[in-house]
Amino acid sequence: MKAETQASFMKWRYFRQGLFFGVVRLSALIITLALLGIIAFLVVNGWKAVTWGFLTLPPTDSMTKGGIMPAIVGTFYLTVGAICVALPLGVVSAIYLTEYAKQGLFIRIIRVGVNCLAGVPSVVFGLFGLGFFVVFLHFGSSILAGSLTLGILILPTIIGAAEEALKAVPQTFREASLALGVSKWRTISRIVLPSALPGILTGAILGVGRAAGETAPIMFTAAAFFTASLPKSIFDEVMALPYHIYVLATAGTHIEQTRPLQYGTALVLIALVLGIDLVAIVIRSMVRRKKRW
Amino acid sequence: MEIRKRALTSRIREVLIRNLFAFFAFLSVLLLGLIVLFLFREGLPLFKQITVSQFLFGSAWYPTYNPPEYGIWPLIVGSLIVTILACLIAVPFGLLAAVYISEIAPLRIKEILKSVIELLAGLPSVVLGFFGMVIVAPWMQETFDLPTGLNIVNASVMLAVMAIPTISSISEDALYAVPREFKEASYALGATKYETIVKVAVPAAFSGISTAVILGMARAIGETMVVLMVAGGAAAIPRGIFDSVRPMPASIAAEMGEAPFQSGHYHALFATGIVLFFITLAFNLIADYLSNRFKEEGSGTL
Repeated sequence: MKAETQASFMKWRYFRQGLFFGVVRLSALIITLALLGIIAFLVVNGWKAVTWGFLTLPPTDSMTKGGIMPAIVGTFYLTVGAICVALPLGVVSAIYLTEYAKQGLFIRIIRVGVNCLAGVPSVVFGLFGLGFFVVFLHFGSSILAGSLTLGILILPTIIGAAEEALKAVPQTFREASLALGVSKWRTISRIVLPSALPGILTGAILGVGRAAGETAPIMFTAAAFFTASLPKSIFDEVMALPYHIYVLATAGTHIEQTRPLQYGTALVLIALVLGIDLVAIVIRSMVRRKKRW
Repeated sequence: MEIRKRALTSRIREVLIRNLFAFFAFLSVLLLGLIVLFLFREGLPLFKQITVSQFLFGSAWYPTYNPPEYGIWPLIVGSLIVTILACLIAVPFGLLAAVYISEIAPLRIKEILKSVIELLAGLPSVVLGFFGMVIVAPWMQETFDLPTGLNIVNASVMLAVMAIPTISSISEDALYAVPREFKEASYALGATKYETIVKVAVPAAFSGISTAVILGMARAIGETMVVLMVAGGAAAIPRGIFDSVRPMPASIAAEMGEAPFQSGHYHALFATGIVLFFITLAFNLIADYLSNRFKEEGSGTL
């Protein structure tokens, strides 16, 4: 009798485990399906809209026809600008945090600051960009203001990635270099940075992907409904892919009529962003596999 | 002499570089300060017109009426409701996915699922908002026979999709950091894998998991495009979960374009930004505190 209850208890324990594993697998499956579903939905509805003309022509007929070329160009400028701001700052910050700083209040404050900066809502970055770059510094709504705002937004991402890459460089590399009498700065610039470069690159690519997809920070700082010509200087407003989707989907008088354009733009945007992310993921896994140390 | 001079310049250079780098590293903190400064600069003039409690707890948001009313209580309530509901969806999914990745999945599936979650995190919010607008909203309206599909539930589901990667990846790190010995001890006592996960690994990673949940909430409450496109935009206290709401970020993003420069409305939107900023800042500081506590507890302290 006793053995029997024990056996049934064991059975129950394994049944419970099986049930739990089932639920866990199911939720992992649902998450995967959610991603695939969203992508599939955009591909199915959008692929017909994405033609060569769609990619290379400006919008026509008050944005109900034509292409999205200015938005692609605008997103490109904004993203390149953002990475130009964030990459040097981020790498230098990460070098300080990993190579120079000692535990203490100063570094504690910096870490909390970086974490909090990472948590600032994107629309608040937009407000800050408007208040500081657009109004206070008189940049106006422009590529410059938008790039700086996006650059600050992705700064914590870059710092985090660069820090991780620097930490992954074995301590023995530094010790060997220092033991040869090489100064600290030379050790960092000749030994540590080159070893960490692939990791830093991955972080930078992920930052680019993030910047390309953001809408709220550029709404008040750079993005325009429509520009007749391509930007000529960094003080011009630009169209941008994410903002273009938002405008077409919500603000037009022909919302239903422009659906194909919306799907097409959304497809181009996720192809761009997820493509960029995928490149980063592949580079990272290649680097991990090929690691010489 | 020559050598000594070179050593000296080299030392000076080292000190210069160190201080320069320290300054750039400190820039993140300065930027945070600048954000606060400029939010206040553009937001505080509102309080010459109305009091802080009128602003925070006023139940009417009619910024374009004459006279205008700037009560953001309905916006705060809207933000909180969609955030809480989104977390009710995202926490189980995120946590279970983390458990799957760190404890159960075979190596190959683990790699794939990690990439899936990373790509999900990279999905532009405007695309999710668009998806919610053109697919989920019409479906919901028809299936549940609602006046509109742009409502709290729809926004919460879309926000949950954005919060899942945050929750999952941080929880996974926390579970990964649980010392092997804990699990081995549990197995040695005859516990099943399920019992080890639920009674040993998850409790040991608890503070890391709470950090994950809090950061997920911060992500959801600050998310703009999804709530702007999907929450419906009604600035009223909702009576049910199928009502429309106008969370704070949506209000800022939708109205800033139309608000006349330096008007009461403009200042009110910046003041809303201040509220949003400090809510997320509080979340982040709590998360930071929790994650530091959790770092210190290794196998030695338990």
